[in-house]
Amino acid sequence: MTDRAVAVAAAPRQSDAAPATTTAPPRRAAARAAARRATLAGWLLLVPALGFYIGFVVWPLIQGVQYSFYDWNGIGVARWVGVGNYLTVFTDPDLLGAIRNAFILIAFFTFIPVGLGLVLATLIRGIRYKAFAATAQTVLFLPQIIPLAAAGIAWSWMYAQTGAVNQILGWLGLGWITRPWLADYGTALPAVGLIGSWVLTGLCTVLLLTGLGKIDVSLYEAIRLDGAGWWREFFTITLPGLRQEIAVLVTVTVIAALSSFDIIYTSTQGGPGRATLVPGLSIFRIGFTQSDVGLASAFGIVLMVLVLIVVLPIQRLSRASDS
Amino acid sequence: MIASRTERYLGIVLLSVATIVTLLPLISMFSAALQPADQNPTGLTWPTDPQWGNFATAFETGHVWQLMGSSLLIVLGVVPVSLVAATLAGFALGALQVRFGRGILVFFVLGLTIPFEALIIPLYYQAQSMGTVNTPWAVIFPLIGLYMPFGVFWMRAHFINVPRELSEAARVDGASIWREFRSIQLPLAAPALSALAILLFIWTWNQFLLPVVLIADPLQRTVAGALTFFQGQYSLSIPLLNAGALIIITPAVLLFLVFQRQFIRALVQGAVKG
Repeated sequence: MTDRAVAVAAAPRQSDAAPATTTAPPRRAAARAAARRATLAGWLLLVPALGFYIGFVVWPLIQGVQYSFYDWNGIGVARWVGVGNYLTVFTDPDLLGAIRNAFILIAFFTFIPVGLGLVLATLIRGIRYKAFAATAQTVLFLPQIIPLAAAGIAWSWMYAQTGAVNQILGWLGLGWITRPWLADYGTALPAVGLIGSWVLTGLCTVLLLTGLGKIDVSLYEAIRLDGAGWWREFFTITLPGLRQEIAVLVTVTVIAALSSFDIIYTSTQGGPGRATLVPGLSIFRIGFTQSDVGLASAFGIVLMVLVLIVVLPIQRLSRASDS
Repeated sequence: MIASRTERYLGIVLLSVATIVTLLPLISMFSAALQPADQNPTGLTWPTDPQWGNFATAFETGHVWQLMGSSLLIVLGVVPVSLVAATLAGFALGALQVRFGRGILVFFVLGLTIPFEALIIPLYYQAQSMGTVNTPWAVIFPLIGLYMPFGVFWMRAHFINVPRELSEAARVDGASIWREFRSIQLPLAAPALSALAILLFIWTWNQFLLPVVLIADPLQRTVAGALTFFQGQYSLSIPLLNAGALIIITPAVLLFLVFQRQFIRALVQGAVKG
């Protein structure tokens, strides 16, 4: 109510403002009646959205919690095991390894893309050749349009023994480090992680560029006149000005890292051994190949909670620093 | 903005490198696709005798028409229903400001953080009990639900920014809520709606996990889900696999190049709002 009053007071309109004041009492009554109708209608309007959301997200989630307390192969009789499946998730070295891998992937899905995005966005902003900057932006964004599964296929060929990565290393005189990158225990996880960096850097660059556009240009002019260099400008103006965008990107990319599935499925299938196993793939295998529905459900719930534990503090931080 | 000459040149160089690295996997796919199908290809080479026929072979043996058809079917099942439900809910939460609206919004927003992987097991058994496994419905229904938090959040953000005076004026004039929605609010929401439609289209088209789990026949999946079929089909031929994957990603890339401004704006706004 007060918001609206302020808005109307702040922007009085010339002609139609006068009649509105003379007919104030009936108008208020009509508005009140309308508000009552609006509430009922509003609830009806919410029904389809709530129906789909509850029916196909909330209800399955509740079912998942229920499954997670049973030992069930999906067909036979389910046996109550209490928190047994959760204990398995936190003691089985393979499953713990999958969780650890997911956290390592954050470095590649979050830190590299956001870091590179900051550098590239500041560079694009400084470039005078607008056509070049626009083209670069479009190209950088391309990986967002391609299915992640296709990115996995493209990169598994890049990383192959006879693929482009080894070929380029050969051109650079680094032939001695060439190897089948995805088949090597030591390099498979970082190699898969870099596919994530490739996918997400464009999104980060474009979003940060939009954020940069909102920063007052005079701030930059002022600090340049003060004789500040690139670094000081970056840390005193650019970085604080992009806080909101960075918080959003960290949230989005951390979720992408923790729940990565498509890229891993089409590039390494979790191998070699379990070097690139991640929670998403574990859930898929335990649930559908090993038919241990209870354990797979428990891992699903753990994954969801992990995402919340990592993401909620980021939200709080960005909000706290705002006010 | 004042930028020194070195900075500008450094910028152009680094940006060129980033652009090339981004394109490299696609170029390497293309180079592999043109090499003889029965040989192990080598990295980036323009083959002496480019095998353009590989694309035709991949198109035919990959049943690309059927694949595109089934993907389109899933998209047509997901996008319109999602748009309608999200718009109605967004209007209720943003413009009508129903009671407990705040709580309902939080309820929806929590759904934004749920990874699809966490729900896939119960979704499979739900589809089984509904008898929809191996039909497009097994993917369509859950996707509508899974995209709903974002859709509602997005449309509410639009409706909350429409000046209140507009709807008040309409109501004083005796317009019903439905009439206000149809004649005033819906036309104003067109840009927000089309951006949401674009996002839902790419997300459905590229959706991988749900079709792979819920539809056994790869040719009835989304385009992305069908890529596993290509991997099985062409496990012995890297050139054909790359040709097939390139064919599959081309429509979306073309669409992106045509509507790139809208795509980028939609995704960026989506990220900021999400």
